[in-house]
Amino acid sequence: MSDSQSVAAHAETHNPALLHHFATEEQQRDASSFGMWIFLATEVMFFGGLFCAYLIYRGWYYGDFAAASKSIDAFLGGTNTAVLICSSLTVVLAIWAAQTARRGLMLAMLALTMLFGCTFLGIKGFEYRDKFVEHHVPGTSFSFHEEIPGHPGQYANPQHAQIFFALYFVMTGLHALHMIIGLGIFAWLFWMAWKGRFTPEYHTPLEIGGLYWHFVDIVWIYLFPLLYLIDRHK
Amino acid sequence: MSAHSKSSPLPTYFGVWIALLVGTALTYYAAKLDLGVFNAAVALIIATTKALLVALFFMHLKGAHEKLLKLVVTSTILFLFILLALSMADYGTRHFS
Amino acid sequence: MATATSQPVERENYLNKHYGVGSWLFTTDHKRIALLYLISITFFFFIGGFFALLIRLELLTPAGDLVQADTYNKLFTQHGMVMIFFFLIPSIPAVLGNFLVPMMIGAKDLAFPRINLLSWYLYIIGGLMMLHCMVTGGVDTGWTFYTPFSTAFTNTKIVEAGLAIFVAGFSSILTGLNFIVTIHRMRAPGMTWLRLPLFIWAHYATSIIQILGTPVVAITIVLVAAERTLHLGIFDPKLGGDPLLFQHLFWFYSHPAVYIMILPSMGVVTEIIACFSRKRIFGYSFVALSSIAIAVFGFLVWAHHMFVAGISVYAALMFSLLSYSVAVPSAVKVFNWTATLYKGSIHYDAPMLYAFGFLGLFTIGGLTGLFLAALGIDVHVTDTYFVVAHFHYIMVGGALMGYLGGLHFWWPKISGKLYPEGWARLAALIVFIGFNLTFFPQFILGYLGMPRRYYQYPPEFQVLNVLSTAGATVLGVGYLLPMIYFLWSMRYGKPAPDNPWNAAGLEWQTQSPPTTFNFEEQPVVTWEAYNYEEIDAPQKQEVPVVG
Repeated sequence: MSDSQSVAAHAETHNPALLHHFATEEQQRDASSFGMWIFLATEVMFFGGLFCAYLIYRGWYYGDFAAASKSIDAFLGGTNTAVLICSSLTVVLAIWAAQTARRGLMLAMLALTMLFGCTFLGIKGFEYRDKFVEHHVPGTSFSFHEEIPGHPGQYANPQHAQIFFALYFVMTGLHALHMIIGLGIFAWLFWMAWKGRFTPEYHTPLEIGGLYWHFVDIVWIYLFPLLYLIDRHK
Repeated sequence: MSAHSKSSPLPTYFGVWIALLVGTALTYYAAKLDLGVFNAAVALIIATTKALLVALFFMHLKGAHEKLLKLVVTSTILFLFILLALSMADYGTRHFS
Repeated sequence: MATATSQPVERENYLNKHYGVGSWLFTTDHKRIALLYLISITFFFFIGGFFALLIRLELLTPAGDLVQADTYNKLFTQHGMVMIFFFLIPSIPAVLGNFLVPMMIGAKDLAFPRINLLSWYLYIIGGLMMLHCMVTGGVDTGWTFYTPFSTAFTNTKIVEAGLAIFVAGFSSILTGLNFIVTIHRMRAPGMTWLRLPLFIWAHYATSIIQILGTPVVAITIVLVAAERTLHLGIFDPKLGGDPLLFQHLFWFYSHPAVYIMILPSMGVVTEIIACFSRKRIFGYSFVALSSIAIAVFGFLVWAHHMFVAGISVYAALMFSLLSYSVAVPSAVKVFNWTATLYKGSIHYDAPMLYAFGFLGLFTIGGLTGLFLAALGIDVHVTDTYFVVAHFHYIMVGGALMGYLGGLHFWWPKISGKLYPEGWARLAALIVFIGFNLTFFPQFILGYLGMPRRYYQYPPEFQVLNVLSTAGATVLGVGYLLPMIYFLWSMRYGKPAPDNPWNAAGLEWQTQSPPTTFNFEEQPVVTWEAYNYEEIDAPQKQEVPVVG
């Protein structure tokens, strides 16, 4: 009945990647990409709550936040920003390589992306370790005794500074978690590319994985100035 | 989303990449200048420009054949803005009460 | 398809196509997933209802004599958490939405069937976590888990409950994501936006809220968990934090969440009213756009839950005005439903009884919401039983009535069996009477000053509380009846024709129960929604049918 008819319809040749509930490959690709964009919308709101908290406390405790911000390494933060930007480039190059059937380049770019991602996490690890050593990690051993930039002799309120560091660790930590997931996704994409699953006609997983990666990059583009560059001129 | 037009997208990609790196350097060095209240604004404007570049060119939002994706992005940013702005409506006016 | 034809041999359908537990647990068929949800949320409804029963039993007497105060705190907290996160929010979208959305638009399945299954598994995992939390100590903060009590003072299992809700929230997000992509990308040829059933518009609007709102409560839960375990100070006033920040972030989601709960129900009611008035919905585009308007405006009003919490008076004023505006699209719907009924050919089948119940009770609930939006009144009745009555009128008198009406309406399609109409009408009546007896006294109690979340009260409030508890018992009977006869009908019910109500809509063009892929050939839509005039036209020619 209905089942044998649909089986017969399936018998005509189509890409095995086409799932049966879609009518065409284009519909499937559009749906997948649209789905990823919607997921990224949820991620924007997810991080958005943290940005809201940050915004409010930065307004309340500006001087204390500036003091805390000064104590994290802006050069490392800036370097990490550059690292992620380069990784976004390698992602689009990997997709271009898939589109133009350049298997070697595609694999190289995917590997480079992961390398950049690991570099980012490594630098982040250094930063976290510095904070741990300086007792700037919120909790029972937190201590903060720095001057407010531009107000010599005036020391930052350690409780307010702790709020900065709480937000710093939650925001960058959440971001790093997304990076780790991204690395996992790209490892899987690399494996699929290695197996030859991607062609110029079908490389949708690369595209949607790329969208995710770019989003993680965009989050960091905002995190960097907001966390690292408060009142650096003072 | 897949094949662009006849011309290669590579120059665009590399151009955007350079722009992003320049923007990062700009952000870093502008932070060291004393622009008063505008320090934050400059940093955010540069950040937003960079984010737009990534979204439009790396995420192919510019070439999207339908307005739908742009609508999704715009709506999301709008609702994030609502969260931030209406919260600030409380925090910004508390000292008046 | 105009006349019923009962087949002697059972046709192949999505229920009998494959057998075995594995075929259910690893299914990607949206209809089977809908049934998996149906069973799970019914289970949690019982759990939440059990807590409600204990609450009402305690409140039979003015003294706190059934349970201790701490236990009572856990009862109302868990009643709220279970009912909201594990019953109401999934209910219609996950059961009726999953089942019907693809069929109503002429598709074979949702856009992402495997993500749909993942959605259910996440719901189950969250549910199990919540169950474990409740049996190993529970939570006592109220479902709203305000800080700093939840972060710095209570000893109950906040983190675990929070994580359970986080996981369930992810389930909700994935359902919303699936619906949005499906509705945009999988409509059959000819199914333009303005030909969609309004049930689809309602679920589309609901999905927007799920996508944009749920992540904010998710991050709030993360922050509460972090604050609680690491003593960060983000919400603790002693450490420079602001407890109101929690409330802003919490209500940014939790207010739109109530629209997640009511919008799908409005969609169901729209379908039922059109069918049982045998009329096109009056003002189709107004009803469609009002769903979107409710979704959007719903995000602008959250601080009306915080009027007395310490926000600035100016912010309170603004949110009060905005809260008035959000009532407008809801009122638009009520007027359009009423206009649809006018000069319609009304049939009083059980689904329609639930729809009528919805109309009246939702209106009362909505109007009392307006009372609460007025700052002057809110100052007096906030945190009293007035608020409790208000939201139960909407969530139980509104959302739950719609859910029951929808279950009855589409039961023949879902199960291939007819439920017993006489019992169904009786149950609807019992639900209506029980509901009003339970919750109307609570308006009066609140107005007279009885606070919510208290397990003891002054003796002068006892009569009203006894009435309320009596009503709850009646209500419970009313809810048990459908569970019994639905189960009964699966075995002993009369086989249902493909379109027992002669309703409009592509889902009625399929078999009852439908085959796994819904349609043998992709339908091509050439008619407007709710074309009851054509369907009921007094000729022998058949309803415009495809396939």
